[in-house]
Amino acid sequence: MVRHHGPPGATQVRYVAMMSSNSKSALKRDIHYFTLKQQIEEFLYDEAEMLDQRQFTDWLDLLCDDLVYFMPMRRNVKHGDHAARENTREGEDISWFEDDKWTMSKRVDQIMTEKHWAEEPLSRVCHMVSNVQLLGATPSVEKPEEVTARCRFLVYQNRAEKESNFFVGKRLDTLRFEGEGWKLRRREITLDQNVLLAKNLSVFF
Amino acid sequence: MTQLGFQNDMIDTEKGVISREIFASEKIYQEELEKVFTRAWLFVGHESQIPKPGDFFTSKMGAESVIMCRDFEQKIHVFLNTCSHRGMKVCLYDEGNTQTFTCPFHAWSYSPDGKLVGVPHEKELYSHVLDKSKWSLIEVAKMEIYKGSIWATWDKDAPDFYDYLGDAKAHLDLVLDGLDGSDGGTEVFGGVHKWVSPCNWKIPAENFCGDSYHNPSHISVDMIGIGPSAAKGEKGRRDNELADAQHLWISFPGGHGIHSAMKPENNAYIEAYKDNPIAEEYYRHCYEERQIKLGDKARIVPFVGTIFPNTSFHGRQPRALCAWHPNGAESSEIWRFFLVDKAAPKEVKDLLRKYYMRYSGPAGMTEQDDMENWNYATQGSRGVIARRHPFNYQQSQNIYNINDPVPGMVSTQMTEENARQYYTCWSSYMQEKNWSDIMAHPAQRKSGTSR
Repeated sequence: MVRHHGPPGATQVRYVAMMSSNSKSALKRDIHYFTLKQQIEEFLYDEAEMLDQRQFTDWLDLLCDDLVYFMPMRRNVKHGDHAARENTREGEDISWFEDDKWTMSKRVDQIMTEKHWAEEPLSRVCHMVSNVQLLGATPSVEKPEEVTARCRFLVYQNRAEKESNFFVGKRLDTLRFEGEGWKLRRREITLDQNVLLAKNLSVFF
Repeated sequence: MTQLGFQNDMIDTEKGVISREIFASEKIYQEELEKVFTRAWLFVGHESQIPKPGDFFTSKMGAESVIMCRDFEQKIHVFLNTCSHRGMKVCLYDEGNTQTFTCPFHAWSYSPDGKLVGVPHEKELYSHVLDKSKWSLIEVAKMEIYKGSIWATWDKDAPDFYDYLGDAKAHLDLVLDGLDGSDGGTEVFGGVHKWVSPCNWKIPAENFCGDSYHNPSHISVDMIGIGPSAAKGEKGRRDNELADAQHLWISFPGGHGIHSAMKPENNAYIEAYKDNPIAEEYYRHCYEERQIKLGDKARIVPFVGTIFPNTSFHGRQPRALCAWHPNGAESSEIWRFFLVDKAAPKEVKDLLRKYYMRYSGPAGMTEQDDMENWNYATQGSRGVIARRHPFNYQQSQNIYNINDPVPGMVSTQMTEENARQYYTCWSSYMQEKNWSDIMAHPAQRKSGTSR
């Protein structure tokens, strides 16, 4: 069972393990798995739609109060050094993002000032989410309260006249069932770039 | 991208105008690589990134890759990352630890002190011909470790680093010392921001050398508040530690431009970091310690600055060293190293890390808007018609003091004097002037009305 409340170090180990060659989800592929997967996919697609429709304030409502939104930087390292050195570490290093919900709400507030020049006029953004697989569910797939899912993303950003960026990578999301639906508890975004090729990361992933 | 070469009249600080060509011409860019980046002192990295023998960190000097490493005698070196044989990179990694740098091409290998130690089939193929001692990695002409930060130049005739810094050193000290005044009490966080931004490298260098006038572009973060007291309701992008201070814009010989501030004589503590009682207490403690250590000198506090040509700093909130690596006339590769007090408690370091991330770089709420300005200022330098019209640099022209109240050419009002001096110095490099001309005091180069 994959746990997500451990210390940052534990998170790192878990993620590296997940990305290794032997990374097939341990969950049994049965009707419960596929039913749950469909629910989770629906959440991820709804969320992507909301962001693409620029409903940023509504999107904030999908985030748990204890959200962690983390995007490490990626290094070129020697074969064998990947686990220890490839990604910047949550809780220790400078990363692209290590945000909580308050910070995310500030990012939305900033856009709403209409004076955030990196997003004024607003970008045209398209989120593609694919390769969704569930990695864990607690306490069980049958009665899930918290679910971990990985996916791939392709986020296309087009802005002003001729600016465009493709952000492609992996995501590891933990969702928690709160009240009437699923909410995002944790998002780990692994962008497949070393030197960031975009001038800004002004879109949400 | 334009193709005009450098001409002296592109910089006219008497009229207060600067040609747009210097921000868009590919030819001028190539001249800069030859004439500026081969001579000036450049920031390479920080000692704390390579603590153990064999540790390395690959950095950049100008547009070229360099290896910063610690040899087995604990000595730090900076080498061009290229094999002496056929030029392939001898180090393919951003950082790590190694016994040797072995070129992937023909497997010549070098020890971390740069010496060529391995040549395949040396006896059969190179007997009595190859003198390995003459084919070490290409090493910088001069290197200096200053309060942990590592600087280097390719010019053996360059002034020593401390002469190069001159009186600007007092301000850079404030960035690299601990906030309690402890000598060199900082380290860098793991994780160096690296990103490509479509701007000429001089635009951000100028932005940090004292362009306080660009404040309006950050109105969005100032409206919402993202500083270390923002959760407590403070607006602005940082705490207002300089609320009662006299701001100072200072130009130095060598083209350095710095914006610092002088607190009033009583130098009262201004409460900051209100979101976290441990951080607030730490900063209050540092403030008091620093007063005891430095006395009246503690009144000078750092804000931002640029050490010519392409190293800038944020002095306090958020504390960092920035390198604007040239990457073409219309592109920069920006690297940002974040500084923190070694002695700060973990909780304070965490709070700062998160503040630095939400403020700085391409994901930072403040600097995203800078990227936008720098991008389109560069594009605005490109047009055929646009290039017929220079940029205006007349702000606070001829208004400055000499060595009052601190050493340097000082303005107590917002000014573009630092930028004028920066480009005057840049022009000296472009004219291939000798070091004594380059290092002349700004006031000697310029007839201004002292006030």
